[in-house]
Amino acid sequence: MDGNDDAITAERNAPAAAIDAGAVDAALAAMMTGICGADNVITDPQQLRTYECDGLTAHRSVPGLVVLPQTAEQVASIVRECAARQIPFVARGSGTGLSGGALPRTDGVLIVMSKMRSVIAIDPISRRAIVEPGVTNLSVSKAAESHGLFYAPDPSSQVVCSVGGNVAENSGGAHCLKHGFTVHHVTGLQVVTPDGELTWLGDGTGVAAGYDLVGAFTGSEGTLGIVTKIIVKLTPIPEAVITLLAAFTSMGAGGAAVSAIIGSGILPGAIEMMDALAIEAAEAAVHCRYPEGAGAVLIVELDGPAGDVEAQTAAVREICTAEGAYEIRAAQDAAERAAIWTGRKSAFAAVGRISPAYIVQDGVVPRTALESVLDRISALSAETGIRVANVFHAGDGNLHPLVLFDDRRPGEQEAAEKLSGMILDLCIEHGGSITGEHGVGVDKSRYMPRMFGADDLDTMQLLRCAFDPGGICNPGKVFPTPRLCGEVPGVRRAPHPLVAAGVIDQF
Amino acid sequence: MAATTIPVELAAACKDVVAAGDADDVAGVRAGYVAAPASTAEAAALLAAAARLGLAVVARGSGSRLHWGNPPARCDLVVDTRRLDRVLEHAAGDLVVQVQAGVALDDLAAVLATAGQRLALDPPAGAANGAGTVGGVIATNSAGPLRFRFGAPRDLLIGITVVRPDGVVARSGGKVVKNVAGYDLGKLFAGSYGTLGLITEAIFRLHPRPAVSTWLSLDRPDPESAAAVVHAISASPLWPSAVELDWPSAGAPLGVSVLLEGDEASVTARSARMRDLLRRGTAGLPSGQRKRPDGSPVHPTSAVEGVDSGVVPGDREVADGGAAGGPFPLARPPADGRGRPEANGTCVRVAFWVGQLATVLRTIRTAGVANGVDAAIGGSAGAGILDVWVAAEVDPAAVGGFASELRAGLAALSAGGAVPSVASAVIAWAPPQVRETVDVWGPVPSLRLMRSVKDQFDPAHRMAPGRFAGGI
Ligand SMILES: Cc1cc2nc3c(=O)[nH]c(=O)nc-3n(C[C@H](O)[C@H](O)[C@H](O)COP(=O)(O)OP(=O)(O)OC[C@H]3O[C@@H](n4cnc5c(N)ncnc54)[C@H](O)[C@@H]3O)c2cc1C
Repeated sequence: MDGNDDAITAERNAPAAAIDAGAVDAALAAMMTGICGADNVITDPQQLRTYECDGLTAHRSVPGLVVLPQTAEQVASIVRECAARQIPFVARGSGTGLSGGALPRTDGVLIVMSKMRSVIAIDPISRRAIVEPGVTNLSVSKAAESHGLFYAPDPSSQVVCSVGGNVAENSGGAHCLKHGFTVHHVTGLQVVTPDGELTWLGDGTGVAAGYDLVGAFTGSEGTLGIVTKIIVKLTPIPEAVITLLAAFTSMGAGGAAVSAIIGSGILPGAIEMMDALAIEAAEAAVHCRYPEGAGAVLIVELDGPAGDVEAQTAAVREICTAEGAYEIRAAQDAAERAAIWTGRKSAFAAVGRISPAYIVQDGVVPRTALESVLDRISALSAETGIRVANVFHAGDGNLHPLVLFDDRRPGEQEAAEKLSGMILDLCIEHGGSITGEHGVGVDKSRYMPRMFGADDLDTMQLLRCAFDPGGICNPGKVFPTPRLCGEVPGVRRAPHPLVAAGVIDQF
Repeated sequence: MAATTIPVELAAACKDVVAAGDADDVAGVRAGYVAAPASTAEAAALLAAAARLGLAVVARGSGSRLHWGNPPARCDLVVDTRRLDRVLEHAAGDLVVQVQAGVALDDLAAVLATAGQRLALDPPAGAANGAGTVGGVIATNSAGPLRFRFGAPRDLLIGITVVRPDGVVARSGGKVVKNVAGYDLGKLFAGSYGTLGLITEAIFRLHPRPAVSTWLSLDRPDPESAAAVVHAISASPLWPSAVELDWPSAGAPLGVSVLLEGDEASVTARSARMRDLLRRGTAGLPSGQRKRPDGSPVHPTSAVEGVDSGVVPGDREVADGGAAGGPFPLARPPADGRGRPEANGTCVRVAFWVGQLATVLRTIRTAGVANGVDAAIGGSAGAGILDVWVAAEVDPAAVGGFASELRAGLAALSAGGAVPSVASAVIAWAPPQVRETVDVWGPVPSLRLMRSVKDQFDPAHRMAPGRFAGGI
C-alpha cells in the first residue's frame, strides 16, 4: 500500500501553499444578504456560536458567517462568491454528524440547508422521490407511505438528520444489512460544484452514461460540492415484519447465534446486539424491560412476504434456542416492535445515565471476527479500568463501543480516547474499517493512514482535485494531508522527441 | 503500430510480453504489444514502463466487450488480465470474496457454489472464455436480470485495487461490507471502460445461492398493458429478483417475465401469489385470447391470440433449479446480446424512469417506423433499462437515423420539469459504418466534471483514449 518513493510522496502531500483568501467581513455579509436576504444571514456572535459543532461536540469552531439559502440558485451564488475570494465553505444539514464533518471554519462560511426541506415530487410508479437536501430522512418515508413505499436507509437519527447529510456520509441504519446504504438508493444529485456551477450528476435512472459521479460523490463528506436536490429510490413496504428479542447469558452465545443465522442463508432486515452494560443503561433511561440477567440481547427483525417471514421467524427462534437463548419475545405489531426497539435506539443517549461522559466509537470488523474482537475489547477495558458498553449492528460487524469516562477527573478523557483509538486498531488488524457509517470527518482523518497507504490516499484525492482544485470545499476533512492539485503528479509524459532521439539530455 | 521488437523496458517489467497479432485488434484497431502480468506488482511495473514510453494502453479480459463504446484512438499495448486468475480469498462466513481481475465469472461462480453462495450478477450467457472476467464486468458495469434486486457490479463491489496510468497502485474500500472510510474509487472505476486505470483486484459482497429459481412469464398485446404488468410485479411485496421484458419485433406480443428465488416452500407460495396478482392485476386490461384452440378456458395470464402457438401458462413457467442459463422458453435475450444475430449489429441501451416504460416502448417503435428499423427490445424493464438490438443487415444510415430520432424522442419526455431528463440512450456497440453516422455515447450530463476526473487520473490520455463518453 505504501508509496515506492517516499520523497516524492511526501512532496506531493505537502500542505497547499497558503492561498490568498479573502476575508469573511462585513462586505461579504452584505454580498450574502444580497443573495439570501437579511433574515438568512447570521453575523451575530451569539447566534453564530449555536453552529460551532455538530453531533460530535469535542470539536468546536465558531463559523465566520452563516447563510441559510432557500434555493439551489442561491447556493450556487453563495459558492461562486466564496470561490471568487477563495473563502472556504462548509455545508451543514441537521448537524447530527458524529465525526465533525460539519465543523465550521472561523475563516469561512457555513451553508446551512435547513430552509431547503421539501419533498418536491414523488413518482410512485417509477418509485422515485425528488427531495431537497435539508428534508429529514423520516419525512421522505412519511411522504411515500400512502403509495405503499418507503425510503429504505434509516439511520437511528432519522427523525432529525437530513437526506443531504445522509448523502454526504453515505449513511446506513439498522436495516442496511438487507436494504443497503444511502449509495444504493440515490440515483441522481443536483449539486453546486466548488466553483459555483449548478449541475446534475446522474438523471435518476441509476444507469446514467459516463463515470458514476453519483456513486463517487455519495460518501464524500461534503468535500466535493453541495447537494441541492436528491433523487432517491423508494422501496415497496414489506408485507410483514416480525421483530424478535432473544436474551443470552453471554456475548459469545449471542455472537454464535448471529453467525448461525447468517450461515443458514437467512438475510434479516436487521440484527442488533447489546451487552450487559448497554442494557443496564437502556433500562435506567427508558425502562425497556429486557429479560433480566441478560449478558447479551439480540434483536432480529425479519421483513418480506408474509409466508417467508413466518418461516424465517421459526428458523431464527430455533437457532437462538440452540445457541442458548433463555428467553425469546416476538413483536408483531408496531407498538410491540417499538417497545423492543426503544432500548436499542436509546442506547447512545442512555449511557449518559450511567456515565458523566462517553465516546461513541464506530468501527467495523468482518462478522466472523466479532467474537475475538469483543473479547479483546473487554480485555482492554479490564486492563485500563475503563468501562465499555457495546451496542452494535451485529449482522454486518459494525461495532459502536461506548467508552465511558468522567470528564471531571483529570486524565480520564485522554485515557478514554486512547482506548477508543486502540479499538480502531483492532478493527484494522482484523481487516475491518475505522468507520462503518459515521464517517471520517475531522475526528478520524489521523487514522486514515493506518487503514490506507499514502498512494491510496493520494489517488482518492485525485477525485478531490477534479472537483475542488482550490481546496475550499469543506477543507481539512477526511484526509490528514491535503494534496496539491496544481501540477500533474508523478506522470512522466512521453519523452520530448529530442530527448528520445538522443539530441538533448534529460538533465 | 507495426512493432516487431519488444521494447526492453516492457520486457523488463513483465515476463509475458509479445508482439500483437491479428487476433489482438481492439475493435478494429491494430495493437502493438500484448502483455499479461500475473500480479498487481507486475502490472504496476508494466504500466510504469508504458508511461515512460508514452504508450496508449487498453485492458483486455476475455475480450467479449472490447467492441463496446468507441474504438480506442490508439492501442500500443494491450494488457491482458488472463494470468490474474486467482481467487485470493473466499471468506464464506463473511459472504465476501477477493479475486483477481482476470478470473472468469464462470470459474468464480463454481468456487462460490461450493459454499452455497453466489456473486449476484448474471454471467452474460453465450460469452466466450467463461462468461467474461471480473475486471471486464466491473469496467463495463454491466448487469443482467438480477439487476432488479441486486443492482449492478458497482453495488456489489466493496473493495478495489487499481494500477494508475503512472504505475502507482491504489486501493479503496476493503473486506467489510459496511465501510465509509475515504472516497469509494470502486464507484468511479465501475463503468469507466478502462479509461482511468487498470483494475487488478476486486472484493465483492456475496449472497446465498437460492435453492430454487422460477420464471413466470406472460405475453401482453401492447406496451401499455405490458407496462401495467411490470408495474404490478415491481410494486408487489413478493420480492422478485428480476422483472424482464422481451419484445422481439414490432408485430410480436410483449413478454413479461418475473424471477422468483428462494427455498422451495417460499418460491412455491410466492409463485402462486404472483400468478394470482397477475390475474387480478391484468383483469381489466386489454387481453388476448382467453381460450385455447380447443375452446377450453386458459389462465388469464396467458398469451395473446394468434401469436402463442398453444402454449399454456404452465408451459411458460420453468423451475430451473438455479442453474445458470437454464431453460427459459421465452427466449429472454442474454444480458449482453451475444448469441443473438444482432451481436454483429447494433445495441442501443435505453435507461429510463420506470413509470415511463410504455411511452419509452412507443418512442422506440416510432423511431423504428420512421427509419424502417424493426428492432428487438429486451431487458430489465422493472429496473428501467432496455436493450434495443438492430440486425447487422440494416442500412447503417437507417440505424443512425433511428438512434438519433430515438434520442430526440426520449429527450422530449419529462417528469414535470423537476429533473432535466427521465430517459436516455447510449449505443453499447455498433458496426463502424453505424458509428460514422451517430455519436455512440450521445449527450452526457456533467461532462466537464468527467473530463476533469480523466485529466487527474490520466493526464496524458493514454488509457483507452477516445473510447468513452465525450471523447474521453
Ligand atoms: C443519535 C444519533 C444516531 C445516529 N445514528 C446513525 C445511524 O444509525 N447510521 C448512520 O449512518 N449515522 C447515524 N448518525 C450520524 C448522523 O446522523 C448521520 O451521519 C447523518 O447522515 C448526518 O446528517 P445531518 O443532516 O445531521 O448532517 P450534518 O451533521 O449537518 O453534516 C454531515 C456531513 O454532511 C455534509 N453535508 C450536509 N449537508 C450537505 C449537503 N447538502 N451537501 C453536501 N454536504 C452536506 C456536511 O458538510 C458534513 O460533512 C447518528 C447520529 C446521532 C446523533
